[in-house]
Amino acid sequence: MAQPPALVLNVPETPEDQGSCDEGEMHRSFHQLLQEQSQCVAEEGLELQPRGPGARAPTASESDRQALLGPEGAVVHSTATLRILASMPSRTIGRSRGAIISQYYNRTVRLRRRGSRPQLSHPGRSARPSLRLYDLELDSAALQEEEKRVLLVKELQGLTVAQRDHMLRAMPLSLAEKRCLREETLTPREKRWGQRGRRGRLSCCSRLRYACVLAWRDLGLGLLPGLQALAPWRRALKRIGGRFGSSVLSYFLFLKTLLAFNALLLLPLLAFIVGVQAAFPPAGSGPVRAFTGLELLTGGGRFTDTVMYYGYYSNTTLNQPCAPPPDGGQCTPEGGGLPYNMPLAYLFTVGAAFFITCITLVYSMSRSFGESYRVGSTSGAHAITAFCSWDHKVTQKWASRLQHDKIRTHLKELLAEWQLRQGSRGVCGRLRRAALLALVWLLCLGITFGCTVAVYIFSELLVEQSPVSAEREEAQLALPLVVCLLNLGAPYLYRCLAALERHSSPVMEVCVAVCRNLILKMVILGILCYHWLGRRVGALKDQCWENFVGQELYRLMVMDFLFTLLDTFFGELVWRLISEKKLGRGKPEFDIARNVLELIYGQTLTWLGVLFAPLLPAMQIAKLLLLFYVKKMSLMANCQAPHRPWLACHMSTVFVSLLCFPSFLGAAIFLCYAVWQVKPSSVCGPFRTLDTMYEAGKVWVRRLEKAGPRVSWLPWVHRYLVENTFPIYLVSALLLAVIYFNIQVVKGQRKVICLLKDQISNEGEDKIFLINKLHSVYERKERGRVGGAQEAAMPLNLLTDDRDAW
Amino acid sequence: MGNKQTVFTHEQLEAYQDCTFFTRKEIMRLFYRYQDLAPQLVPLDYTSSPDVKVPYELISRMPELKDNPFRQRIAQVFSEDGDGHMTLDNFLDMFSVMSEMAPRDLKAYYAFKIYDFNNDDYICMWDLEQTVTKLTRGELSAEEVSLVCEKVLDEADGDHDGRLSLEDFQNMILRAPDFLSTFHIRI
Repeated sequence: MAQPPALVLNVPETPEDQGSCDEGEMHRSFHQLLQEQSQCVAEEGLELQPRGPGARAPTASESDRQALLGPEGAVVHSTATLRILASMPSRTIGRSRGAIISQYYNRTVRLRRRGSRPQLSHPGRSARPSLRLYDLELDSAALQEEEKRVLLVKELQGLTVAQRDHMLRAMPLSLAEKRCLREETLTPREKRWGQRGRRGRLSCCSRLRYACVLAWRDLGLGLLPGLQALAPWRRALKRIGGRFGSSVLSYFLFLKTLLAFNALLLLPLLAFIVGVQAAFPPAGSGPVRAFTGLELLTGGGRFTDTVMYYGYYSNTTLNQPCAPPPDGGQCTPEGGGLPYNMPLAYLFTVGAAFFITCITLVYSMSRSFGESYRVGSTSGAHAITAFCSWDHKVTQKWASRLQHDKIRTHLKELLAEWQLRQGSRGVCGRLRRAALLALVWLLCLGITFGCTVAVYIFSELLVEQSPVSAEREEAQLALPLVVCLLNLGAPYLYRCLAALERHSSPVMEVCVAVCRNLILKMVILGILCYHWLGRRVGALKDQCWENFVGQELYRLMVMDFLFTLLDTFFGELVWRLISEKKLGRGKPEFDIARNVLELIYGQTLTWLGVLFAPLLPAMQIAKLLLLFYVKKMSLMANCQAPHRPWLACHMSTVFVSLLCFPSFLGAAIFLCYAVWQVKPSSVCGPFRTLDTMYEAGKVWVRRLEKAGPRVSWLPWVHRYLVENTFPIYLVSALLLAVIYFNIQVVKGQRKVICLLKDQISNEGEDKIFLINKLHSVYERKERGRVGGAQEAAMPLNLLTDDRDAW
Repeated sequence: MGNKQTVFTHEQLEAYQDCTFFTRKEIMRLFYRYQDLAPQLVPLDYTSSPDVKVPYELISRMPELKDNPFRQRIAQVFSEDGDGHMTLDNFLDMFSVMSEMAPRDLKAYYAFKIYDFNNDDYICMWDLEQTVTKLTRGELSAEEVSLVCEKVLDEADGDHDGRLSLEDFQNMILRAPDFLSTFHIRI
């Protein structure tokens, strides 16, 4: 399309108004023009038909739409109309710096008035200037820009440094212009401080304040690259993203997230439990056993009486300088030393670590959900594929070609799906399809049930066969082995069955596969939890059952890791060799869903075992680190990216939600049951003399009640807020009310979005109507003028052309 | 590290840090990448702000861009004269906008300019056809391409004028949460 020249719009009726930005004037002049013309039209006997609701016929809008299409469009507007169109506010985006500057001036003013940080998630107004701010003449547009620029600089000076930087960074101006703006915005004080030379005439207080602010900023900026350098694997992630795209990258980013969660869990445990107990080892521990290699697999043997397990921890107050006298009176502290109540510390630290993990999980899940969920996001697949599907991170030629193929296939699928929807399937076809889906689901659930029953029977056998757990430690590996075998084999069966049901959308396939695997894993874990807390506690009555549960979880984790390695080796390396040499197909695809589910399963095991083996998160961290490198190596050598498009953002949200809901929630329920309902063993651990682990807290509260009136608010809080059920009901009711309110708000927003869409559509049609009317008006004028000029002499033609400035 | 470099003055580096999403270390790293593209052309001393442009051919051979079908448009949008030859400011600006810290609005604005092949501030049918052809490397038939473009206009065109304005584009981007992660170049 030829660039329409951006010329001055001379509105001849009011020549003295050139250069005024009065919107009313322009409206009045057009109004006059239209009135003139409608008089002519009325004289000619035509009438404007009102556009009723039925008049929005597709033919009318189509012809109107065609009036504005590309270079091969049928209708050619007169130069006058084109000039007006060129001066429309919406045409100047990107070309007019003044528009951007005035928009950001308005934003800065609003920000200063509000006095808060701008919301990053708020879409804000686009760069489209309103008619009021836009000047119709080009020269005074430059003047306006200069004025606006000065105003913007003044406003920026009124912001804090952080807000100013944030504003500058978010402006869609070129870097050179931003630097100029920043240069002008720097106050003389800051310039002087930037040069670090002279002293200004400032008071002591403000100088100190400035020094503190600058030092803080430097510290933050100095720490930032340090933190980023600490962020490991930047280059590895870049290579993975470059070769395989965002989809496979989301697995490795999830792994990094899990590392962070485990580190968060480990720190309080190390600081308050493990470290303290290691510094004050309990007296009277048994003989130290010899280290055989089997401990690494079974977790028993040498590892049994160490800080690794619950049984090592003492149930007394550590570092107490005096022993309490036998008559139960108070003891007078002699030396220094802080008494440390180990049972209380154990209970509170585990509780606090879980609470922090819960808050972090819920926060990251809600943030991820907020980023990925959009009202009305189901439509628009074509537009999103066209504009958002090319992953600019991909850097290799073959990966880039793969992306091209993927997008092409996806577009073809979308077109085919649309064409298929045009011709719907018959009732018979749909019934057949429903029956097939039901059959496959029944088979899968049957397999799950079979696996569950197998685990249950096997665990019962183990309980009955060998109630004493001390001997035959190799036999303890049997149950983890069975569980891992089932966890490995069943998903392959599911995949075979899923080949029978051909889903139309690949997202459905992935969701269904994830659901089935998740159900299997969670049900097996549920059976194991019942086995431990229900049967083993009874079977190991006079022994340390907590140690046993901790060791079981250790064994499960180690077996899971070994089987993952085996699966990587066979499932990826060997399968690639077979697939390339024998079957002639390419490399196998990296199965993202299954790998992520394995990560979630491993994390669930860690959370289940934290109460009984406080060092389990450390093991999980080591396992995740090794897994990163193993998976990366295997990926680079053996796999290719999945062919189907992968909604990385949605799936990341799904994975974090799965981590929160079945996984963490299940572990929290297990923990609560163990703390509240199960009697701790009487021979080991920090709770050996109590009825439940929670009693340690109650004992402490009772001691506080006796201690005196200064801390009496704590027992009060405990009695009326924690043990009473009424506050819980109240809080639940409030939460439900808030959720209901939010749902209603979202419903209302949906309605408003529909109304606004209709309004935009109507405005667009109005605009097209006006443009066409304008065009016809000018054409009529042109014809009238040409007709009049033909009566005059020939040389006068040139003059009329010149006069036709609009 | 920041005080020992001799490429920029302290104020220049501060200005770059405040106006882009990069830290000092990253800016230096980017400068050395820029310098590597044309070692004879780019001086090692930028304290006097020399006016040096690296030609488009060298930019398009960068490993991050060489297989990107939109590299020419990206270079044109971020260059000063729209011809693809970039100064250091343009180079930093480009990678700053395409980094992961840039907000959605900023990225949407530049994405709109990139997809607007004829620079008329609208994404019309012709622009869409160019985009889809570049995306699929010309492997879709002409009627498939036009069918896709029609459906895109149906879905995204709010005011039904036959082309996408910036607001239409931004509305559509709001509905695509993947945009932030795909419109991202790691450097």
